[in-house]
Amino acid sequence: MNYVFHFGDIWAARDEFLSGTLYTLRLSAVSMVLSLIVAVFGALARTAGPRWLSIAVASYVEFIRNTPFLVQIFVIFFGLPVIGLRLDANTGALVAMVLNGSAYTIEIVRAGIESIDHGQAEAARALGLRSFVIFRKVILPQALRVVFAPLGSQFILLMLNSSIVSVISADDLTSAAQDVQGRTFRSFEAYLAAIGVYLTLSLMFTAVFAGVHRVAFGARGARS
Amino acid sequence: MRAFSVSDVVFLIMAARWTLLLSAFGFIGGGVLGLLIALMRISHSAVPRWIAIFYIRLFQGTPLLLQLFVVFFGADMLGFGLGAYLSALLGLSLNAGAFLGEIWRGSIQAVPKGQWEAAEALGLPAYPRLLRVIFPQALRIALPPTVGFLVNLVKSTSLAAIIGFVELTRAGQLLNNATFRPFTIFGSVALIYFILCWPLSLASQRLEARLARAYQR
Repeated sequence: MNYVFHFGDIWAARDEFLSGTLYTLRLSAVSMVLSLIVAVFGALARTAGPRWLSIAVASYVEFIRNTPFLVQIFVIFFGLPVIGLRLDANTGALVAMVLNGSAYTIEIVRAGIESIDHGQAEAARALGLRSFVIFRKVILPQALRVVFAPLGSQFILLMLNSSIVSVISADDLTSAAQDVQGRTFRSFEAYLAAIGVYLTLSLMFTAVFAGVHRVAFGARGARS
Repeated sequence: MRAFSVSDVVFLIMAARWTLLLSAFGFIGGGVLGLLIALMRISHSAVPRWIAIFYIRLFQGTPLLLQLFVVFFGADMLGFGLGAYLSALLGLSLNAGAFLGEIWRGSIQAVPKGQWEAAEALGLPAYPRLLRVIFPQALRIALPPTVGFLVNLVKSTSLAAIIGFVELTRAGQLLNNATFRPFTIFGSVALIYFILCWPLSLASQRLEARLARAYQR
């Protein structure tokens, strides 16, 4: 154990780390928002859609959740060009993140919808509301409240998973660390620095989500 | 460029054995560590509890890919290169230890308090209390999430491909370099993972439903 750490090269490359971090954050945020939009429709199809649609969505969810993200990235980034759909690394990364994230988010939102008491929908129907209005104004807001905490955890998982898009050289934090190690041969330091950033981000988001949850829903809504 | 043939499918299936092997050993390594972490996490003294919490935060709060990189390159830099196979195994075990530790801690704590108190009232010393009263009940609670975690573990082993472990995903990459049929090859790779993982997912759901019924009674 006589290894001497040299973080000087890493510090010199701080701008690369910073832009990688910002890209990782942007990629995670955009894929979370898009996943959530897909998830609302997916969960609606799953709970209230026609049978064939429900089965189609369920198959999609099961297939994505039972295969590795890395292989999904390979299919999208290397496979799609064969059928004439060429994506650059960052677009490919985003598409993969949304396709993957949606499957998990659909399940979370669906669980939230199913946790809402049937009486809510029945009461709304008795008031003469149309089905779409019932879903949008009565069921969905309550369901989203229930799923806030699991969605927060999902966001953090998404962000950590986003490191895998470095295999297709997107502009994310892990890619930045790889570029720096390739240039300086300080692989240990470069990856330790990146790990430190990811850890800081996930601890920070955990705290932020817990705080938002407390402020928005009060202690009553706390995860029990 | 050559055709994608039956022998290529056999090649992938042979590589899938390494995926299974890595998953199995990762589970054993992670299981030993996980048990230790779970016990430290419920310890009455603060120091082991803090160490366990730090360990869990560290491994659950950072990407597995980077954990593998740090083990792989770090060991090399410190002068005891482990190679791709041992690095992958060590990295996966360390990571699995954190997740299994949390699952099992939850399961141990989910055993009703009355069971601890009753065992204590019967004069059972600490270890038999844990081993013969709490663990058998915790095991039942832990089974569905543990099987669910196995799905994650099998999928996680694909990341070992990035540091050069020739398992299913890496085999797919090698095959793709030779045949250049990415859609067919990575599609087949995904299908093999699905065949490995889906039964585990279903089993986990079944076990969970059965457990929920048992607790309703």
